[in-house]
Amino acid sequence: MAQRTTEIIVGLFMIAGCAALLFLALQVSGLSPKSAESTYTIYANFNDTGGLTPRGRVSMAGVTVGTIESISLNKETFQARVEMSIHSDVDNIPSDSSAVIRTSGLLGEQYIDISIGAEMDSLKEGDTFYSTQSAMNLERLISNFASGR
Amino acid sequence: MNSPAYISLKDVVFSRSGRRIFDGVSLDIPRGKITAIMGPSGTGKTTLLRLIGGQLKPDSGSVVVDGHEVPKLKRKALYSLREKMGMLFQSGALFTDLSVFENVAFPLRVHTKLPEDMIRDIVLMKLEAVGLRGARHLMPSELSGGMTRRVALARSIALDPELIMYDEPFAGQDPIAMGVLVKLIRDLNSSMGLTSVLVSHDVPESLSICHYACIISDGKVIGEGTPDELRAHPSGQVQQFLQGQPDGPVPFHYPAEGAAQDFGLSGGAS
Amino acid sequence: MIERIAAFGRLGLDIVSSFGRSGRFLAGVLGGVPRPATGFPLLLKQLYAVGVLSLAIIVVSGLFIGMVLGLQGYTILSDYGSEAAIGQMIALTLVRELGPVVTALLFAGRAGSALTAEIGLMKATEQLSSMEMMGVDPLRRVIAPRLWAGFIAMPVLAVIFSVVGIWGGMLVGVDWLGVFEGSFWGNMQSSVDFVDDVLNGVIKSIVFGFVCAWIAVYQGYDCVPTSAGISSATTKTVVYSSLAVLGLDFVLTAVMFGDF
Repeated sequence: MAQRTTEIIVGLFMIAGCAALLFLALQVSGLSPKSAESTYTIYANFNDTGGLTPRGRVSMAGVTVGTIESISLNKETFQARVEMSIHSDVDNIPSDSSAVIRTSGLLGEQYIDISIGAEMDSLKEGDTFYSTQSAMNLERLISNFASGR
Repeated sequence: MNSPAYISLKDVVFSRSGRRIFDGVSLDIPRGKITAIMGPSGTGKTTLLRLIGGQLKPDSGSVVVDGHEVPKLKRKALYSLREKMGMLFQSGALFTDLSVFENVAFPLRVHTKLPEDMIRDIVLMKLEAVGLRGARHLMPSELSGGMTRRVALARSIALDPELIMYDEPFAGQDPIAMGVLVKLIRDLNSSMGLTSVLVSHDVPESLSICHYACIISDGKVIGEGTPDELRAHPSGQVQQFLQGQPDGPVPFHYPAEGAAQDFGLSGGAS
Repeated sequence: MIERIAAFGRLGLDIVSSFGRSGRFLAGVLGGVPRPATGFPLLLKQLYAVGVLSLAIIVVSGLFIGMVLGLQGYTILSDYGSEAAIGQMIALTLVRELGPVVTALLFAGRAGSALTAEIGLMKATEQLSSMEMMGVDPLRRVIAPRLWAGFIAMPVLAVIFSVVGIWGGMLVGVDWLGVFEGSFWGNMQSSVDFVDDVLNGVIKSIVFGFVCAWIAVYQGYDCVPTSAGISSATTKTVVYSSLAVLGLDFVLTAVMFGDF
C-alpha cells in the first residue's frame, strides 16, 4: 500500500481515538468545557450523613448547583461537617435555607438538596447552614415505628 | 594489515546446549580468494559463518576478521564491521514485505544517505549483475528458489563488501540454477576482488570454483588444501566424503547396541 | 522423587531466566533512540497493521457488549424501578472495566498473535539474521516499531470500544426499551468522573497495551524457528497476554478504585 494512503488511514484512526476520548469527556462524564468555573464554599452540619460521599451533587429545585468537597467529623459536637462548593453564579441562596440529604430513586446516590428559605440575606463564602435535615435512615424509621415513638 | 589471511580462526571451541560443535578449529581464509568449507550435514558449517559474523561468540579461541578480534568488538564496531560483510543465507532471507527492488535497496537506504536516483542506479546495476533487472517489481513470493537466491546475492553485494559468505548456495537448486550461481560466484570474485567463503556439501561444484578448501567433521578440520591436494589426500575420511561412499570411516549405522541383541535373538529370552 | 524436585527446580530456573531474557530484550528494544526520519514511517506502517486492522473487531464487539449490557441492566434495574440508572451502569462498566479489558483480550487474539507469527516467521526464514548481518539491529528496526504501535494503538482502541459500547447501550435502552434519554445521559454524567473513571480506564489500557505488545514481540523473537515453534509461540502469546491482562486488571483496580 502506498505510504500516503497508510498515513491518511492511520491519521483518521488517531483522530477517531481523540474524538472518542472527547466524547467520553463531554457527553459521558459531563465535563464542561469551562472547567475552571469559580465557586464559593459553604458548610452544613448533619447528625447523620448516611451514604453521602464526596463528589456528590448539591442541587436546588432539582438543578445541580455545586458539589460536595469533603465530609469530616466535628470532634466537639460529634456532628458531620460537610464542605460543599457552590457555583458562584448562584449567589443568592437565602441564609435561612436548609440543607436536606435526599436519595435519588430507591437505589440512587444520595445528594444534598437545598430547600429555599425566605430571608433577604444570602449565604456567603464560609457560611454554615442554619438548619439541616439528616439522611432518612430506613432502618431507624422502622425501629422507631415499631417501638411506638 | 595486508596479511594474506583475511579471516583467521585459532583454536575455536564452541558448544551449544551441551553439545560440542567445534573442538579446536584453526583455519586461515586468504584474502581475495574463494575458500570452500565443506563437511557432512550437522557439523556446524553455518555456525562457523555466524561466528565469523559475530552473531555467536566462541567459548574460547579467537576469530580475527580483517585485523579485528570479532568476539571482543563492541556493538557499534561490530555493526560497522558487518557493513563490510555480505552474507547469502540458505533460504535467501529476502524481506517478504518488500519488493525485489526495495530488498536490494534496503542496505543502501539504511547505511548511506545517497539520493534516490543514485540508489536506483546502484540497485539496477546490482540486479543487472545477477540478471534480474527485469524482475525488480516482483515480490519475493513470486520468485523461484534460484531467483530468490540471486536477488539475495544482489542485496548482499549492494554495499560492495570486502567479504561475502555463502551459506549452502547450491542446496536444492536445479542444474541450471546451480550453473548460474557457480558462474556468479566466480565472476563476482574475479571482478570485484571479493574474499569469498563458501559453505557447502556439494563437492563437485565447490571444488570446481574454489581456490582453497577445507573439510570439517566432528568439530575438527580433517583436511585442507587446494582442490588438487584434497583429491590426493591420504585420509580415508576425506576420501569418503569427497567420493560420497555410503560406508567407511564414517559408519553407515548410527551407533547402536548389537543388532542381534536388539532384535532379541541372542541367547533365547525364553 | 529427587528427580521430580530437580525437574521442578529446573522449571523454576527456566521461568526466571526467561523473565531475565525478556527484560534484557526490552532494554535492547527501548535502549536506542530511534531516528525520527526512518522510525516514523515504520511506526506508521505498524500502527496500520496493529491498530486500524483491529478496528473492525473492536467496533463490532463493543457494539454487542454495549447492547447486552443495556438489555441485562434493564431487566435487573427495572425490578427496582430504577431503569434510569442504566446509563450510569453501562458507562461505568465500560469505561472502568470492560473497555480496557475486553479490548486487551481481543487485541491479544487479533494483533498479538499476528505479531508473534510474523516475527517468528521472519526469524525462521532468517530475515532477522540477515538484517543483523547487514549491520541493522533487528531489535530496533523490526521489534521497536511493533512494540510502540501496540502501546499507542491499545488506548485508542479501548476508548473507541467504550464509546461504541455506550452507543450500543443507548440504542437498546433508549430507542428500544424506552428509557427516557435525558435521564440516561443525566445519570451517566452525574456519576462518571473524567479523571477518576475515564482517565483511569485509559491508564489501564496503556498498561495493557504495553504488556500485550511486549509479550507478543518477545514470544515471536524468542520462538523456536520452526513451524511447530511458531505455532506454540502464538498460543503462548494469547494465553500469557490474557492471563497478564486479567491479573494486572485486578491489581490496577485495587490501586485505583480500592480505597472506598
